[in-house]
Amino acid sequence: MALRLELRPEASRAMLFVAPMLAIALTVATGGLLFAALGFSPLPALKVFFLSPLGDLYGISEWLLKATPLAIIAVALALGFRGNVWNIGAEGQLIMGAVASGGVALALYDVSGAWVLPTVLLAGIAGGALYAGIPAFLRIRFHANEILTSLMLNYVATLFLAWLVHGPWRSPEGYNFPESRMFTDSALMPILLEGTRLHVGALLAPLVALVAWVILSRSFLGFQIKVIGMTPAAGSYAGFGPKRVIAFTLMFGGGMAGLAGAMEVCGPIGQLVPTVSPGYGYTAIIAAFLGRLHPFGILLASLLLALTYIGGDAAQITLGVPLAVTQVFQGMILFFLLACDVLIRYRVRFAARPSLGGAA
Amino acid sequence: MTAPLAAPLPVPRLALKGITKRYPGCLANDGVDLAVMPGECHALLGENGAGKSTLVKIVYGVLQADVGEILWEGEPVRIDSPAAARKLGIGMVFQHFSLFESMTVTENVALGTGDPSPLPELGARIAEVSQRYGLALDPDRRISDLSVGERQRVEIVRCLLQDPKLLIMDEPTSVLTPQEAESLFETLRRLVAEGRSILYISHKLAEIRVLCEAATVLRGGRLAGRCDPREETAASLARLMIGADFAPPVREAQEIDRSGAARLAVERLSLAPLVPFATPLSDISFSVRAGEIFGIAGVAGNGQAELLGTLSGETLVAVPDAVKIDGEAVGHMGPRRRRERGMGFVPEERLGRGAVPDMSLADNALLSAHRTPGMLKRGLIRFSRTRAFAEKVISTFHVATSGPQAAARSLSGGNLQKFIVGREILQNPRLLIVAQPTWGVDAGAAASIHRDLITLAEGGAAVLVVSQDLDELFAICDRIAVMCHGRLSEAQAVRATDVEQIGMLMGGVFHLNEGEG
Amino acid sequence: MNEAEIATLAAILAAMVRAATPLVFAALGELVTERAGVLNLGIEGMMLMGAVAAFGTAHAGAGYAAAMAMGAGAGVGMSLLFAFLALGLRANQVACGLALSIFGVGLSAFVGKSLVGTPIEALPALPIPLLSEIPVIGRALFSQDILVYASVLAVPAISWFLFKTRAGLILRAIGENHDAAHDIGYSVLKVRTLAIMFGGAMAGLAGAYLSLAYTPMWVENMSSGRGWIALALVVFATWVPVRALLGAYLFGGVTILQLHAQNWGIPVSSQILAMLPYLATIVVLVLISRDETKIKLNAPACLGKVFHSGR
Repeated sequence: MALRLELRPEASRAMLFVAPMLAIALTVATGGLLFAALGFSPLPALKVFFLSPLGDLYGISEWLLKATPLAIIAVALALGFRGNVWNIGAEGQLIMGAVASGGVALALYDVSGAWVLPTVLLAGIAGGALYAGIPAFLRIRFHANEILTSLMLNYVATLFLAWLVHGPWRSPEGYNFPESRMFTDSALMPILLEGTRLHVGALLAPLVALVAWVILSRSFLGFQIKVIGMTPAAGSYAGFGPKRVIAFTLMFGGGMAGLAGAMEVCGPIGQLVPTVSPGYGYTAIIAAFLGRLHPFGILLASLLLALTYIGGDAAQITLGVPLAVTQVFQGMILFFLLACDVLIRYRVRFAARPSLGGAA
Repeated sequence: MTAPLAAPLPVPRLALKGITKRYPGCLANDGVDLAVMPGECHALLGENGAGKSTLVKIVYGVLQADVGEILWEGEPVRIDSPAAARKLGIGMVFQHFSLFESMTVTENVALGTGDPSPLPELGARIAEVSQRYGLALDPDRRISDLSVGERQRVEIVRCLLQDPKLLIMDEPTSVLTPQEAESLFETLRRLVAEGRSILYISHKLAEIRVLCEAATVLRGGRLAGRCDPREETAASLARLMIGADFAPPVREAQEIDRSGAARLAVERLSLAPLVPFATPLSDISFSVRAGEIFGIAGVAGNGQAELLGTLSGETLVAVPDAVKIDGEAVGHMGPRRRRERGMGFVPEERLGRGAVPDMSLADNALLSAHRTPGMLKRGLIRFSRTRAFAEKVISTFHVATSGPQAAARSLSGGNLQKFIVGREILQNPRLLIVAQPTWGVDAGAAASIHRDLITLAEGGAAVLVVSQDLDELFAICDRIAVMCHGRLSEAQAVRATDVEQIGMLMGGVFHLNEGEG
Repeated sequence: MNEAEIATLAAILAAMVRAATPLVFAALGELVTERAGVLNLGIEGMMLMGAVAAFGTAHAGAGYAAAMAMGAGAGVGMSLLFAFLALGLRANQVACGLALSIFGVGLSAFVGKSLVGTPIEALPALPIPLLSEIPVIGRALFSQDILVYASVLAVPAISWFLFKTRAGLILRAIGENHDAAHDIGYSVLKVRTLAIMFGGAMAGLAGAYLSLAYTPMWVENMSSGRGWIALALVVFATWVPVRALLGAYLFGGVTILQLHAQNWGIPVSSQILAMLPYLATIVVLVLISRDETKIKLNAPACLGKVFHSGR
């Protein structure tokens, strides 16, 4: 028996929806096996991971809190991925957004007023966008691969933030801990639900998704992004400028990552610390793929991936497994998704005679 | 002797019985039979899309038949890889060469034959074989430095080094000048005289009639007939191939009024290579006037792609004056600005440049027709308008498809080309540039595309056709110029020239009076 | 120079070689993979799995040879996952490579949790008789461990394989034009799978070097971007092995200078200095990519393209 792939005349729309479902099912099943291998009975362990964290309002609020930055970043990254612009630097852009907004928040330390928070958030967007502008410029001007440059800048941003909180921005009253001062109330995100950490930023995620959807599905700019992404030669034939698409998608992704970073430090964290993100910038890449690079699909995917964060926390506390179980689940989801995606463009046939299969 | 010995029935070198090959959504071969005798030059004849290439790929082991039997010298065989085919004594020269640009001739031969002998030794054998069959080649040159004709020689020598009993040639003359084709025929005749068999694939009737002594004709994947092409006329062969009497449109070449301004004027255009292996353009000048169909002939790879890039605006040139549309310098303008000035463009590569394979026809209409009033509104797309435009193209130009939502890659080559040409024509271009308008397109679609181009020119547009197909250029053009090594010859009035003369130009003999060729 | 200064210089050179060694392994492996036309962005993940597997094996007392083998084996295992997706299922190579990196970071941290903070004895040095007696150079180059020697010897070996053997010719041919190679009758998928596995083994060895020799312990994410730097080195090397070696040593130098800068009293904070290798990577990429023609001339023409047989 040999596996044979047969190109479908047209991509299957049904499989577009079935593939991610199948990937999630396979991930859960494999996760069960993983827990079993660690000596837990699979079903209760999976329940600890996926269901228990959502048992109360606080759990749900934490879930949404973690889904928000994922969704905002992933939706924006997806625009770039559609256009074959591989921004892997969202983590660094998030950090630089946090740094820029944190800097403004600290500069406006004694100032109060309704305009402070918007200014702080705009600074975050600007910080992320400008930081993403570096790989954009290097790609446009020097053809430097944006995957590698944007990724290198993640490490640079992490170190930059560490330097700030260890040095110039360290809180004078912080007992030498590497932290900035706590931001004042006017720079903090208003809380949405009393008694939780869920803030108004959660409302921004669907809004960003809507904007991205309009760009992608309705606008001529989105059309150009898709053409260049699918068939660069056709884009050049039509006269669509790849430079504009590179600059726009990278900086839009950077801006949204910066916004997410700003909302983290002005939300649940409330100050600058050496680590402002548990890898949202990387997980957002998975969310973008799992959501089919479609803004609304990404909203759902972000919810699922947010669950792996709080599930990982719960599993660490309840079962004592390493926190890295979160990334294991995230990696598995992406693998299974990429594998299941084959069903969209190909029919899988099982050939009885192996040698007849062209590509087994 | 009491009874005359019955002459043994000759066993075919290769016999195919009931070969069937199915692709998703199409039946490429349907119960095809074929027999090639020893020492025979056998033509496999058929239109584009008739299933010839699929059939020979099955013989050469690149593809496997779903149903059917292959007999080699009378014995049933399974050919599951090209290596197996070569072991039997089958060699093949592909239409799209299987060569590696950055490697030398010798390395390519080593790769293609699996010959384990050291490269210098192999190089010596290449030199010897190329000498014997009149196929001049330098074993140490890189493929990227060779002309298309020379590359074909590499392919042929590669086959001959394995001493094949059957040589398959897939449309070999489509990349040759008429003179080069003549010398290829000489080589092939010598091979046949040695007792080798040749399976010769073509849709060019004239060459089959002078070269082959037997022909198998395919139509729509099925066997349409067998004949001796020497006893047929071009018309009877065409009927067998197409299945009906068929008269392609021919246009009487016009004498164009040369006093008015040129729609497209190219003056002293030069271009250094932008990518590795590109042909530099040097000092190209020509002009196309309203109502004229101007042809550029030449063997592929002589700078046509580079020239087309500078004309479409995908490649900008340093001197804006080098390209002018209606007297305005446009050399520095990109495709969109040139379109605003009335240019339409049909690229050679239909799927993947002229159209996005995975997008619908409606979206592909938007690709080049986005300037059409009403299609865009404040940066947003009006989908009803793009769909209507695509529908109009489909109905006006008789594109066979399920509708504007069909993906471009679901269309056959001919229908996609009709769609792209139609999309450009419906934008009322004052200048239309078309590359290889009917390359790989079936006869019906080719005729309809030719008719559309003629109508467009009669309506007052200037039309520039870049093509490798001389028959096509002679059928529809008023003037023809030839590209060779990145240079363009003087334009010749079609009325005052012939295939022979254009062929000389294609070989690079630009100054006939100097008598060097 | 006095004796102390000479000793310092030798120590710095030796440290530079050690810092470069994981990059040499990883870049050479990826170079071969890319020569076959496959872009595997998963080096970081394969490296980390190699590091944790090698460390775990050594920690369990199975010896260095077994540890190295396990490191390479873990890299191969990860690379097969990539090969299955990218070749078998024809998924986008960029996405598959990213997935491999993300998965490797998580999985290595997960399985290595219990190993954190339990150092082992470093892979011993094997001074080469006579050569190691040469002043400065002897200590820097010829008093290293076996993996360092292996990484250096891999350069001529891979060059010979790629440019002097028939198998290397076939591998390069497949990287340049997979359709032609297929038409001639080579198994594109088989050759590419082998190339991917080789890249995986080399990335695994790079990881093994980190956790057995460079810093003989296991720390989560201990490769800290070296897999990505190796990718940049392949571009920098324009796909030529010996240039990859030079590039890696250059980076080793930057890394070590940055570590020593503080000893020399340069008044820049450690975080800023630690940015240097990453910034250097960007600078190097920009310098080499500036000349697009040069990259196009050297890059395998089919790099990253999905191969469809029979179409």
